[in-house]
Amino acid sequence: MRRFLLIAVPYLWLVALFLIPFVIVLKISLSDIALARPPYMPQLDLSAGWEGLKSFFAALDFENFVFLTTDDLYWKAYLSSLRIALFSTVITLLVGYPIAYAMARAAPEWRPTLLMLVILPFWTSFLIRVYAWMGILSNEGLLNQFLLWTGIISSPLTILNTNTAVYIGIVYTYLPFMILPIYSALERMDDSLLEAAEDLGCSRLSAFWLVTVPLSKNGIIAGCFLVFIPVIGEFVIPSLLGGSGTLMIGKVLWEEFFSNRDWPVASAVAVILLLILVIPIILFQRNEQKQREANG
Amino acid sequence: MAQTVFAPWDDPNEKPLIQFKNVTKRFGEFIAIDDLTQDIYSKEFFALLGPSGCGKTTMMRILAGFETPTEGQILISGQDMSHVPPNKRAVNMMFQSYALFPHLSVWDNIAFGLKREGKDKDTIAARVEEMLRLTRLDRFAKRKPHQISGGQRQRVALARSLAKAPKLLLLDEPLGALDKKLRQDTQFELMDIQEKTGTTFVIVTHDQEEAMTVASRVAVMDEGKIVQVATPDEIYEAPNSIYVADFIGDVNLIEGRAEARMSPATPRDQIEPTTTPDPEGAPPPPAKPDAPQPNAYGEWLQNTLLFPFLGKRAPNPKELPAPSETKPTPALQSPVKTGGIALHWADGHPPIVVANGDPQLAGAAVTLALRPEKLNIAKNKPDTPNALPGTVIDIGYLGNLSTYHVQLDNGPMVKVQVTNVRRIARRDITWEDAVWVSFSETSGVVLKG
Repeated sequence: MRRFLLIAVPYLWLVALFLIPFVIVLKISLSDIALARPPYMPQLDLSAGWEGLKSFFAALDFENFVFLTTDDLYWKAYLSSLRIALFSTVITLLVGYPIAYAMARAAPEWRPTLLMLVILPFWTSFLIRVYAWMGILSNEGLLNQFLLWTGIISSPLTILNTNTAVYIGIVYTYLPFMILPIYSALERMDDSLLEAAEDLGCSRLSAFWLVTVPLSKNGIIAGCFLVFIPVIGEFVIPSLLGGSGTLMIGKVLWEEFFSNRDWPVASAVAVILLLILVIPIILFQRNEQKQREANG
Repeated sequence: MAQTVFAPWDDPNEKPLIQFKNVTKRFGEFIAIDDLTQDIYSKEFFALLGPSGCGKTTMMRILAGFETPTEGQILISGQDMSHVPPNKRAVNMMFQSYALFPHLSVWDNIAFGLKREGKDKDTIAARVEEMLRLTRLDRFAKRKPHQISGGQRQRVALARSLAKAPKLLLLDEPLGALDKKLRQDTQFELMDIQEKTGTTFVIVTHDQEEAMTVASRVAVMDEGKIVQVATPDEIYEAPNSIYVADFIGDVNLIEGRAEARMSPATPRDQIEPTTTPDPEGAPPPPAKPDAPQPNAYGEWLQNTLLFPFLGKRAPNPKELPAPSETKPTPALQSPVKTGGIALHWADGHPPIVVANGDPQLAGAAVTLALRPEKLNIAKNKPDTPNALPGTVIDIGYLGNLSTYHVQLDNGPMVKVQVTNVRRIARRDITWEDAVWVSFSETSGVVLKG
């Protein structure tokens, strides 16, 4: 019995904080918009008994999901989110891998310091850091002033409120999530493996591709998922740094919910987003599982 | 059939495979290798032996190409290797940690070097199979390195480094990670494989037993210099310095002052003056038992089969030579060898006779190196030129051997190793016993300093 209780604790947690909210969101997504409080129909009225329950379920329909397919804003937003997530994951990988590599190859006494520098930004609020980027990237921002001062450009660049700014913000914010797993994979690697590869006829470069990259594969996969999954639903960065041209599903969701007060459509958007995210999450967990088996 | 001794280093016409020419390697202030010149010949099993930090690993890494010498030249087959990167050398290395690629199977690990050469698939497959058979790994080809045992990993590493059929194979402490029993088996396996493949092996080790077992020549290193290069038996029996004598095996070092001995045999009473009376007035040594006599079968064997070599057996056993006319002492039956030096090692003791000592050392301070197993221990004064009195302080029982720590009267502590031919209950020497430690006049080595 006690064992059962112990196992039940995490399940109760999941049920109370994930499953029940999700069921509520799912229910709202199947409801209709109403000028009421809360702004949707029908409401579950248990006092009406069996009949009330029947009419409640009868009022639920997939109208909102059908609506999502009729307006091309939504699927464009999904696709655009996926594209931005994919590109920014690739850019983060390209930036993060050399950093992680350099950290892993640094003298052992420097590694804790470098690691600390990577984690350091987390000590400041994420929102403040994004606002700081607004100050850097705006037309009168630090970057433009610096470039004007050096004479590289004669008129300020428009970076803020473009997709470029969104990419900069995302890569900056999520870089530690890419660096840390790759660093931990590279740091564990035995240097003599590279010497062995060279000894067996590899050049430095082919030793990197044939030994270093395969051995950091799990770190790369983990880092990519840790960046890709949250970026799909990212809302703060596109709304603060992006412009009107930046289409991301997180922003659409926010607007449906708060600006249009259309909770049912916003919920439908959220349900679809969740379904899209479930696929990479499952893939990510499979990778973790495989890695554990390989190490065990 | 007489077997020719493998000793290319003695043949002036033989061309060395590897030549170190005045090689120096510095890491900042630290001198890892100090002006080292050494030849290594084809098909040799050359061991670099020394304590950690003596430069042996650096020497190996220079051969592999991971380090470049600060000064001097390395030639392999006469070609200067100074600027040849590791991947362009016909040299392969077996790493101390084995450095097996964890993401590749045993098969792919062995094939790794062959694939880099761009050979076709069938050639690679055939060679990998051959290596798997040689190292008896056929059953594990599909496994990953973490799925096999330490001994098997060691064999994979060996197979991988041999797969490209290198001219020279470097082994960096190859057996360090194995337990003792497995290590001993593997040593013989290594020698077998070396013989089968005819590859030149250079092995780095700090384990002198391992070096002695496998190597054709052993180089003892200290502080970036090779102190002595010789065959294992020569290193052991004739070390050229106190460092080598002390590093290889157990040794007793007796310091003293050398004095040249006259060429004619020194009369015995002069070697053993009666100034040190026997502490307990021990009785004279027991009479020797009769010499072994062949039985009828042995006699038949000699007379019918072996006489071409040995001659017919004399009807009566040979008489011992007649005792000398002046002094009928048993000592003269085995006269002390002439020449050499006498070592004055302690006041009030007769000098030690060292017949193989270099008379040139006369007058110098020298050290006599004596291996513990070449010493005898007895309760009664034995009939040998060198017998030193002492007291048993400690006895180390190792099962097959016992080591007696004997404090010599007025002298140093020595170790005497005796094979336990009798059961321990019948051992007649025990703690605090007054004993005699004896050795022949040729069993030691006189070293300078």
